[in-house]
Amino acid sequence: MSSARPSRLFRNKSAKIAAIPMIVTALFVFVGGTVWTIVYSFTKSGLLPRLKWVGLDQYERLWSTRKWLVSIENLAIYGFCTLVLVFVIGFILAALIDQKIRFENTIRTVILYPYALSFVVTGLVWQWILNPEFGVQKIVRSWGWESFQFDPLYTADIAIYGVLIAGLWQGSGLVMVLMLAGLRGIDQDVWKAARIDGIPAWKTYLFIVIPMMRPVFITTLVLVVTGIVKIYDLIVAQTGGGPGIATEVPAKYVYDSMFRANNLGQGFAASTMMLLTVALIVIPWAILEFGGSRNRD
Amino acid sequence: MNWAKNLLAATAIAAASSTSATELEVMHWWTSGGEAAAVGELAKAFNASGHTWVDAAIAGGEPARAVMVSRLTGGDPMGAFQFNHGRQAEELIEAGLLRDITDIAEAEGWKDIVNPSSLLDSCTVDGRIYCAPVNIHSWQWLWLSHKAYKDAGIEVPANWDEFVAAAPKLEEAGLVPLAMGQQGWQQSGLFNVLMAALVPNDVFLSVYGDKSAEVAGGEAVARVFKAAADARAMASKSTVQNWNDATNLVITGKAGGQIMGDWAQGEFAVAEQVAGEDYSCLPGLGVTQLLSTGGDAFYFPVLSDDEQTAAQTELAALMLKPATQVAFNLKKGSLPVRGDIDLSSANDCMQKGLALLADGALLPDTNQLITPDTNNQINTLFVEFFADASMSIEDAQAEFVSIISSAE
Repeated sequence: MSSARPSRLFRNKSAKIAAIPMIVTALFVFVGGTVWTIVYSFTKSGLLPRLKWVGLDQYERLWSTRKWLVSIENLAIYGFCTLVLVFVIGFILAALIDQKIRFENTIRTVILYPYALSFVVTGLVWQWILNPEFGVQKIVRSWGWESFQFDPLYTADIAIYGVLIAGLWQGSGLVMVLMLAGLRGIDQDVWKAARIDGIPAWKTYLFIVIPMMRPVFITTLVLVVTGIVKIYDLIVAQTGGGPGIATEVPAKYVYDSMFRANNLGQGFAASTMMLLTVALIVIPWAILEFGGSRNRD
Repeated sequence: MNWAKNLLAATAIAAASSTSATELEVMHWWTSGGEAAAVGELAKAFNASGHTWVDAAIAGGEPARAVMVSRLTGGDPMGAFQFNHGRQAEELIEAGLLRDITDIAEAEGWKDIVNPSSLLDSCTVDGRIYCAPVNIHSWQWLWLSHKAYKDAGIEVPANWDEFVAAAPKLEEAGLVPLAMGQQGWQQSGLFNVLMAALVPNDVFLSVYGDKSAEVAGGEAVARVFKAAADARAMASKSTVQNWNDATNLVITGKAGGQIMGDWAQGEFAVAEQVAGEDYSCLPGLGVTQLLSTGGDAFYFPVLSDDEQTAAQTELAALMLKPATQVAFNLKKGSLPVRGDIDLSSANDCMQKGLALLADGALLPDTNQLITPDTNNQINTLFVEFFADASMSIEDAQAEFVSIISSAE
């Protein structure tokens, strides 16, 4: 009769053993790699990493480079617009599909389909659609509206919105599906109760359903935000950072510094800044989200 | 991982010793029509020696260099690879990744045959030779389409100023005066050509050689920026990306001219155009007759396999043999690295180049003077300058001065 309570460490032994490879990977690859990158961002590494300390030189150069400042600005515009629009569009589409319409499966598949395409394909497709010589502009002009002009990718000031259109087209389907799953998880009794009380549908969505879908929103938010920060392939495929440097983004700056300019130090400094930005957003949110829930247990 | 590598190496050795020929993977970025034909000549010569040339071409210099460097630093070296000689390979040599081929160079007497000797100097670090130069490429050419000027009803220009003056007529005829691919290296290359051709050599050398911020901000360079603004206006309708697509606009007579290195000649040759009849070439833009001596070279990574190393030796020696040099350079449109071979079969434009080479009207290439990092900053500046017509000459020059003053 072993009465001694097993120590906490050995509870769920097999689960913990199974998790070891992932823990090791996370520690060495992610944490180790991150620390290594930060350390080398203070060095003058060129083509190969070298421990030649230069203090904050790389960061000073980074923040005085116009290409980097433009990249940050673009990421802010793209990120904010994507975040807002993808949620609005995704939720409205999900709410519409949730009205027990006919051919729901077909419509859902059609809307989700763009997500199955890679960003490279998406970028190329939209590059063609937005090309004034054979895309939307040409079609509208051939209908007779001769002065119609729509060439965002060739106008530096609005080129990033051309990329945004492609990003929304690709990302909205996923948000819609997640939202739809959330909506289906809402108990039908809630709807019945709201109807009996005479609350209009839009109010029910806004004040009852959406707050109840909080977990779904959080998951979606994490997916969407990580997608935004690492945006690179869409830009490369669609605009290559052009016209000029109008659609440069931080991830592309990192790549260009490391592999085109043979300046690893500069690339590391830029990626450290990216990490810092993400950390500034994620850490307070994580504390709010998970720090609070522990007390509730 | 190690046992897998050993196993692979063992199989490779077994495979290599069972046949006498050795496979050597050669990486390069020669993918356009004329370039591919030229590299085919090298492969043919190497295969004739009993070995096998395994072609690994990657389109575009920048992505190709990225792949090469990551394979070298990742411990998976190829047999040989193309690079622009100059400062790009400096760090790879310092890290001991590249094979010292001084013994081959001495055995073949490269010191005596390579002309101009600066080509070999670019391959030399601390008195040791690390690369085999295969050709001389110069940037300073203006390619003109006879058809375009005939269609516009005017004479083919003979220098840069006439070329600029002729632009309105071409535009009236619905043609693009200047064809230019929208890529940084082409745009900054064009600027460097203007710099080499329109101002005295010592200005070029003190900007790129001595990195003098004072000269870079001076009057002479301001004139170059003004010419660049002219070029920007003339190329505003040129929307192609790749250099050979831009050359194609000249070949088909849709554009008046293009400023591009002598590798463009390979494209004219593939299109079966005749120099002097279908197109003209103006070295130094017809203003200052000179050429820069950049070029391509092959580097040889340090390999552990003896047979492959021996094959490297053969390949390196082969690349500078007279027969290979002639066959390769005629296809490539570049000039041979040795002055002692007969190139009478070369066309009009190549003869002009050879004459300049013989006269010693030469400048070092920017790749030999500035680091890839500085080069990339200059590329970014000109990508911006050429895309944004509202960027003023003064702003661009100020940015240029700050890049030059922080360059090493």
